[in-house]
Amino acid sequence: MYETLAHAAQTWGLIYFVVIFAAVLVYALWPGNKKRFEDAARRPLDED
Amino acid sequence: MTDKPADKLLGNDEAGVFALLFWTAVACLLIVAKTQDPAMEIHAWFGLVASVAGAFALIVHASERRGTPPDEIGGKPNYHMGPVKLATALGAFWGVVGFAAGLFIALQMTFPALNLDLPWTTFGRLRPVHTSAVIFAFGGNVLIATSFYVVQRTCRARLAGGMWPWLVVWGYNAFIVIAASGYVLGVTQSKEYAEPEWYADLWLTIVWVIYLLVFLGTLWKRKEPHIYVANWFFLAFIVTIAMLHVVNNLAIPVSLTSSKSYIVWAGVQDAMTQWWYGHNAVGFFLTAGFLGIMYYFIPKRAERPVYSYRLSIIHFWSLIFLYIWAGPHHLHYTSVPQWAQTLGMTFSIMLWMPSWGGMINGIMTLSGAWDRLRTDPVLRMMVVSVAFYGMATFEGPLMSIRAVNSLSHYTDWTIGHVHSGALGWVGFISFGAIYCLVPWLWEKKRLYSLRAVEWHFWIATIGIVLYITAMWVAGIMQGLMWRAYTELGFLEYSFVESIDAMFPYYLIRALGGALFVIGSLIMVWNLWMTARHGEPAEEAAPRTLAAQPAE
Repeated sequence: MYETLAHAAQTWGLIYFVVIFAAVLVYALWPGNKKRFEDAARRPLDED
Repeated sequence: MTDKPADKLLGNDEAGVFALLFWTAVACLLIVAKTQDPAMEIHAWFGLVASVAGAFALIVHASERRGTPPDEIGGKPNYHMGPVKLATALGAFWGVVGFAAGLFIALQMTFPALNLDLPWTTFGRLRPVHTSAVIFAFGGNVLIATSFYVVQRTCRARLAGGMWPWLVVWGYNAFIVIAASGYVLGVTQSKEYAEPEWYADLWLTIVWVIYLLVFLGTLWKRKEPHIYVANWFFLAFIVTIAMLHVVNNLAIPVSLTSSKSYIVWAGVQDAMTQWWYGHNAVGFFLTAGFLGIMYYFIPKRAERPVYSYRLSIIHFWSLIFLYIWAGPHHLHYTSVPQWAQTLGMTFSIMLWMPSWGGMINGIMTLSGAWDRLRTDPVLRMMVVSVAFYGMATFEGPLMSIRAVNSLSHYTDWTIGHVHSGALGWVGFISFGAIYCLVPWLWEKKRLYSLRAVEWHFWIATIGIVLYITAMWVAGIMQGLMWRAYTELGFLEYSFVESIDAMFPYYLIRALGGALFVIGSLIMVWNLWMTARHGEPAEEAAPRTLAAQPAE
């Protein structure tokens, strides 16, 4: 049981986390999202 | 929220709240009649009286109101601020209670005679009163208030659920009363930060699920397409606390009329579950929730946009993915497997990155407005809070390293670390948010006295510095005394000698705590004067007239 879990964590777990982190980076830095995020950064200031 | 047909007294939401209160009252009545457990009887009486009073107030309210409050008035959102006001006021109240309880037990550690030789006032019973009052009562009410405020403003939508948000606030505070009175009476399941027994846990679960639904319902109704980052942090806080609370409190009561229960986890699994819960109470209650406050109130108060919204996204996802694994660092050198300890330690060290990314993002939001630190003590309080966040989250991973932990664990160093986070980060960001909220909610031009905020800031800051430095010295001294051996291999000091050596540091710690309490009393006075005698805001609220910074 331990061997199986440890193996899964050290291979698939690692890949899973790296892929998710890469996806977050791509989403956050995607040029097409730039305008949307700049608007969002001003959200607390643009209230009625 | 729901239409109230002319022939019906209650809207759907009100009928739902009424039904919940009714069945709670019935359950409490049965327990009152059947139980032989004195503490259970007191709590059942409290539940009975509270739910009947709540149902009565609900009926009175429903019979007096005309129609249902609309979602919008004249094209503008008709925000629901009543529950926000209540939670803000209760947060300030519980803050003073919790800080004072902390001061009292600090004095008990210095002068043990203050245990008073009564069972109800011993350190062991009053310590959870302090921790629950500051974390759950003070912190929890501030989080409910700010999350309900921020989600409405950033979504441009009225709070969902009609009457349900009122049940969230009152129900949560009823849980606090049951928990705290239980500790004093000796009712505890002996899990740190999860002391309340099964029936209090059950009630909190109901309240918390409603809290989640109200929050999600408001997001669902939003007029803004993008969900602002603060709401992500609040949502992570609500969802994760629900999960942690349920799993860590899976207990089987001895009987339905007994306050005693047994947890389903055994031995090392129980320890793992407890610290998975315990550390994520830090990560998701005391960090993620308050980061939600940071990401709204600092930009708002500084009148500057978030320094880097992209960084805030990376901050959010990396923080929540890493924190959940860090718990085993509380169990170094125990029967938890070594690999699990190492895993907890590794994830704790990786947390340095999102923590500092978030700190930089919060502080750099002042770019172009640094002068405000000199003139605005409220903003200064929040920025110093973020600096304390940076310090505490630097120290935490350091202490999670097994070798460092062998010196720091079980000593007052841990207590000092916790309080640099609790007093510095959580306390100051909450004070900052409350100082912003009260004039907004009570529609005043400004706080009654900014000078009083200056006094609060400096008195509390000196208090924190005294507290932390005293505990560093005390903790490292304890750690070194406990591991000192003589030439012949015997322990150099007996345990009681290490306690005796703590006296001056405990005294300094109590002094620091006293200053923090004094600061909070100044705040409460200032808030009272603002709400009662503050200059009313003009027709258009002043915050909408704030100058827009140059693009």
